[in-house]
This record gives sequence, structure tokens and C-alpha cells, in this order.
Amino acid sequence: MNILKKFLGLVWMVLGPLTMTFLFIQAIDKVGLTHTDIERTNTILQWAIILFIFLPISLGLMIFGFYAWKGEYDHLPESSEEL
Amino acid sequence: MSETLPKNNIFKVIGASSLGTLIEWYDFYIFGSLAVIIGHQLFPEDAGASALINTLAIFAAGFIVRPFGALVFGRLGDLIGRKYTFLLTLVLMGGSTFFIGLIPSYKSIGYAAPILVLVLRLIQGLALGGEYGGAATYVAEHAPKNRRGFFTSWIQTTATLGLFLSLGIIVITKNILGAETFGDWGWRIPFLLSIVLVVVSIYIRMKMHESPMFSKLKAEGNISKNPLKESFNNKANFKMVLLALFGATMGQGVIWYTGQFYAQSFLENTCKLDFNDSRYILLWGIAFATPFFVVFGAWSDKVGRKWIMLTGMLLGIIFYRPIYQTFLNDTDYTKVEQSAILSSTPAPVHSVLIENTTDSLRTVSTKITLKNGASFNSVQTDTVSATKGVLIGKEILKDKVLPTPVFWKFVGLIFFQILLVTMVYGPIAAFLVELFPTKIRYTSMSLPYHIGNGVFGGLVPFIATLIASFSGATPLSGLWYPIGIATLSLIIGTIYLSNKRDENIND
Repeated sequence: MNILKKFLGLVWMVLGPLTMTFLFIQAIDKVGLTHTDIERTNTILQWAIILFIFLPISLGLMIFGFYAWKGEYDHLPESSEEL
Repeated sequence: MSETLPKNNIFKVIGASSLGTLIEWYDFYIFGSLAVIIGHQLFPEDAGASALINTLAIFAAGFIVRPFGALVFGRLGDLIGRKYTFLLTLVLMGGSTFFIGLIPSYKSIGYAAPILVLVLRLIQGLALGGEYGGAATYVAEHAPKNRRGFFTSWIQTTATLGLFLSLGIIVITKNILGAETFGDWGWRIPFLLSIVLVVVSIYIRMKMHESPMFSKLKAEGNISKNPLKESFNNKANFKMVLLALFGATMGQGVIWYTGQFYAQSFLENTCKLDFNDSRYILLWGIAFATPFFVVFGAWSDKVGRKWIMLTGMLLGIIFYRPIYQTFLNDTDYTKVEQSAILSSTPAPVHSVLIENTTDSLRTVSTKITLKNGASFNSVQTDTVSATKGVLIGKEILKDKVLPTPVFWKFVGLIFFQILLVTMVYGPIAAFLVELFPTKIRYTSMSLPYHIGNGVFGGLVPFIATLIASFSGATPLSGLWYPIGIATLSLIIGTIYLSNKRDENIND
């Protein structure tokens, strides 16, 4: 199980930047599809919210993956003293 | 300490904590429950679908700042104590809800209206971010170690009961005032009413004592000097924050908000169900499912928290699409045969001149009642032009009332979704409390909880509605967001989380 945890860590590390790229492409794509100024403002606002929120979370997923790859989750603390 | 607390005292603790938390959830949810009406009030009349999406964005903004509230008030809670911190959050929440009820509409003050509501909504989000972690921590620190899941699950019921209360008050107010008056100014009443509830709750909470574990730490001089630094600068602790977020709260958040909020939004906006019918269905579903918070909370004391929560996620992943497809199929009245129609009553034709043109919009509405008890309004809006003649618009079927058997079938499907909510949400307070030590608990557990629920969960209606509005999307496309997030969380939770309960939370 620990080997699986470690190798999945690589997946999470890759998933972080992939998510960021996907969101950026979607944002540019959807803003580009708008026809009027009001529609464009609304779409920019909506995607700005999504990017503002999910970019740091994607970074968190990368860090989580890094910790998993380093074996930090091989043994979870069994008492709070181990934290 | 906690183990020797008499049973009637622990129920007093739960009662006082839960009442305040219930009111905070009520305050938070009335906005979402009234999103369509508020959208009409805050944005220009011709904004159309973007008014709803922008209102949902303002609604979502309250969720987005919850993690910041968790940090600010969590830090306060770990520094000055649990009791005074969540007294403060209660005042902020009640005050901002009350003021939302007083904000003039777009017609009166233009874009200042949505901006002011956004500011108040942000304060609501900050306050809620500070409230929940405090209440859960407070109850858990009073509860006996072998019944922590059971006692904290009472706090968990408040989120759903807050929604129940908000829906109930909205339906009652609307039925008393009538649809037109309610849409005009009556929607403000549920917001204004909040101030009364908050005053009662403050009175009760003033009588509460500080958490025994926090008092002990304080007496020993062991209070954290800088809980934020200890929570997130300490790698061993930070990695547990990440694990709690990605392995549990993220999936739990989307299951929760799909079952309760997206379901209502879908029934009202996509299936075009009648305002009352969509709310009654949710009210019944909540009423039947709420006791299961306590059932699963208590069960988690015996079998552990992990597998109950993850099973809830798995069932959501499997059943969401079939459930929502059933909603669509059973509300599709486009192929109703003539022989099934009992009566057809046309309303007077309504014409409105389009601004700065000589054209006008002509609306023809017909109420159709079927023999099986269902009814709906067929609305056809055509453009009448002096130069181009009549441009036929698309017929929309709305205000659908379901026949009784289908109504109860929908109640069953909503009940099932909320049952999944009780599985993921009932044990989670105990799970999070046991993950972190006392002196940084308020700060540490609040953050993953509010990112998981506030951000991932709170954004479900907004993101799912947005995805469904893309060209080429189907009405079910929005479900890929909660299904995807729940799947990721299920995989991470299954592989990385432990099912072991930490019995000693006194450190």
C-alpha cells in the first residue's frame, strides 16, 4: 500500500498543473466566445472567481502529491503527540 | 473533565451550540433559496440568465471567504477561547443578514445594490467560517471519548435544519403574501426575521461556559502563541490539513451541496417545477433524512468514521446521473397527448413595448391541467415588429405541478441524496476533531472543512449551472463537477486515510 501511496503521489503532482492549464484554457476559450460587452464582463468575472479559487487549491494538490511521494503518509500519526 | 460531564450538561452544551449554528446556517441559506428573486432585484431586468449566474456568484462569494473566516476566527478561538469567538461570529452573521433585507433594489440605486449585497455576503461567509469549527470543537471537547461521533452529529444536523427553517419560512411568507407581493418586497422578511433569532441565541450563548480543555490549557499557560504558524508552518500538521481536505472534506462538500442545493436549483430552473412544489419536495426529504445524521454519527463511534463517509461518496458517484435523468424524464411535458388534457385555460395576452424601438413582446400564457393531476403553464413569447411582422418565439413550459405519485417519487430521490449527505457529514466533525491537537484545533480543522464545504461544495450550484450553460452541454453536464471531485476524494480517502479513532483529544 505504501508503494501505491508513493506512486499516486506522482499522479497528484501532475494533476495540479494539468488542472491549472485546463482552467486557463477554458477561461480564455469561454471569454473568447462572448459577443457583447456585458456578456464579456460577466464571463470574465465568473472565470476570475474560478481561477482565483482553484489555482491555490491545485498548488495544494501538488504539495500533497509531493508529500505522498516523499512517504509522509506511509505512517499516519496515531496520537496527537506525533504531530 | 469531559468524561465526567453529567449527561444533562452535555445536552445543554449541544443545545446552546446548535441553536446558534442553526441560526447561522439559516442566515446563510435564505440567500441561496431566494437566488432567482434576488437576481431580479439586484440586476437589470434584461440581464436574463446572467442575473441568476451572477447572483449565484455572489452566493458563492460567501462560501469562498469561509476559509479566511476560519483562519481569522479560528486564530481568535485558539487565543481567547471558544465561547467569545463564536458570540462575535453570531453578531456579525445576524447583523449582515438583517442589512441584506434592507438593501434597495437595482431600480433605486443601480449597481450599488449588488455591490452592497456582495460586501454583506462576504461578512456572512467570514462569520460562518468562524462559527462552525468553534461549535464542533466546543461540543467534541465536552463529549465522552467513546461517543464523540454521536454528540457532534447533533451539531451536524443544524446545517440541514437551517436549510429546512429557511425553506419553511420562505414558503410560509410567500403563501401569506402571494407571489407578486413576495417577489416585490416580501422576500425581505426572512432576512429581517433573522435579527430576532440572533438575539435569542446570543442570550443563550452568554450563559455558556468556556470549553474545559481550553480552560485547562489556559490555566497551565499552554495556549498557542501563534496558532496559524503552528498549524501551517509545522509540516507534520500541514500535511494532515491537506489530507483532511483532499481525502474527506472536498468530497463531502460536493455530496452535501449537490443533494441539498443543486437538487433544488435543478428542479426549479432546469425542470421548471412550481416554486412551492420544488420546496415542498426538499422539505419532506430533509424531514425524513435528518435523523440519520445522528444514526451515522453514533455508528461511526463503533465502526470508525472513514468507511461511512467514503460509502456516501461512492453512492453519490454511482447514482447522481440516473437520479437527475429521472427528474428530467418525469417533468418532460412536451409530448403530452391531447387525450391526457383535462382543461386548458388561456390567460389574457400581455404585451410590452421594447425600449427605444417600435417593436413589442407579446406573451401568451395557457394553464394546462392533465387528467393525472399534473399541471403547467405554457408560455409563448413572440416579438411583434411593425416592419418584420410576428417573429414566433420558443414555447416554454413552466410552473409544473407534479401528480401525487411522481411528487412522492421525487421526495424519495431527494431523501436518498440527503441520506448520502448524512453519511458523509454526520461523522466528519468527530473525524476532524480527532485529527488535530487542542491548542491549534479550532484553526486547523476549520480550514480544510471550509475549503471542502465552502469552496468545493458551495460552488456546486454556480459551477454546475455554468457548465450546463456551455454550448453543446446537456442539462446533466453540470453533474460532472460533483462526480469528478467526489471520485478524486474517494480515491485519496480510500488509500491515504486511516479508519482508526484517536481516543485522546486532550493534548
